[in-house]
Amino acid sequence: MLSEIVDIIVYILLAIGVFFNLLAGVGLLRFPDVYTRLHAGTKCTTFGSIFICGSVVLLGLKYWIQGNPEYSTLSIHTAGALIAILLTNPTGAHAIARAAHRSGVAPVRAIVDDLKNKTVEKSAKKKEVKK
Amino acid sequence: MLAFVVTTILCFITYLLLTTGSGTLGLWSLEEILFGAILSLIVGFLARTILIKDNFRMANPVRWVIFIVYVIGPFFVSMAKANIDVAYRVITGRINPGIVKISPDLKTDLGITMLANSITLTPGTLSVDIDEDKNDLYIHWINVKKKALEKKPVDYKYVCGTFPNWIRRIAE
Amino acid sequence: MIEIEPTYLIVIGFLLLSIIICIIRVVKGPTAPDRVVGLDTINTIIIVGMIAFGIAEKSVIYIDVAIVYALLSFISTLFIAKYLEGGEF
Repeated sequence: MLSEIVDIIVYILLAIGVFFNLLAGVGLLRFPDVYTRLHAGTKCTTFGSIFICGSVVLLGLKYWIQGNPEYSTLSIHTAGALIAILLTNPTGAHAIARAAHRSGVAPVRAIVDDLKNKTVEKSAKKKEVKK
Repeated sequence: MLAFVVTTILCFITYLLLTTGSGTLGLWSLEEILFGAILSLIVGFLARTILIKDNFRMANPVRWVIFIVYVIGPFFVSMAKANIDVAYRVITGRINPGIVKISPDLKTDLGITMLANSITLTPGTLSVDIDEDKNDLYIHWINVKKKALEKKPVDYKYVCGTFPNWIRRIAE
Repeated sequence: MIEIEPTYLIVIGFLLLSIIICIIRVVKGPTAPDRVVGLDTINTIIIVGMIAFGIAEKSVIYIDVAIVYALLSFISTLFIAKYLEGGEF
């Protein structure tokens, strides 16, 4: 009885995870510029990964309790991979966004851009240092 | 010396987590434990000045408890909201973007890193650049509110809610 | 109730569909940062696919590979971003 409930929870988690991962792809296609694409690509894949990895951890725990101790390794390693994804994904997005802005890609349809003036000042400072 | 001990213990815990289910001594075998201890002693000696620079603020377990409460509670809820928000914008294509500057007034590097990562994963915002002198963040905001633009730099309540208060409790 | 492990193979099918959509963006992308965003998204989806394949095959080694792949793809993303920025290494 309990194992069937766990199975149903696993199916639900998988459905949510797959939906958000597909949404990331569709968002990459539909949004107009780099920054909005980063919104879709980072948030949706991270959220989808949490659910798919969570379902794997839950399934591993279920088999572990049912008497297969080798599944403990699978659960703990999946949790480690999930932590790695959670730490590295937003940092990578931050790096790409900064690189895009410094290489001169302006946000499309932006109504305010506080960073524009600051970039100019910084490049002027760099040139002075090089001279 | 204390930095060496803390680094060694962290390395040993990581090694033990990655080698569970290898033997009969609890979850581990004797060889794994011995080899892990030797390796983490070597790594702790080599990396003693890299991981911990000058203070031991994060060695306090209360901060870790607050961190876990923060991740499970407000952070996860706003992350779920963020994804529903992105789904709405993907389907309707209704965006109103802009880059704004906020000054959250955090002092440590760890705090500002945690805040930047939290902002990237929460509704409609993405950290683009940082002013390293004053620790100001530049945020790409997918749906700029007119009301928030009256004051410069923008009040952080509109962008990231109460996150800076939580992070001040964790990292400062 | 059907077996639960083969379901993960269906999940991998959907993830492949998502990767194909991302590849369209990588090929089309008007600027270089667009392509890097596409590649970064593909990396994350591949990590999740490796984890799903690991439990479908009941083998831990795929998940170990996924951890290492996550860290390596993070470093490669940082390097490409640094290159686009025009900074010195």
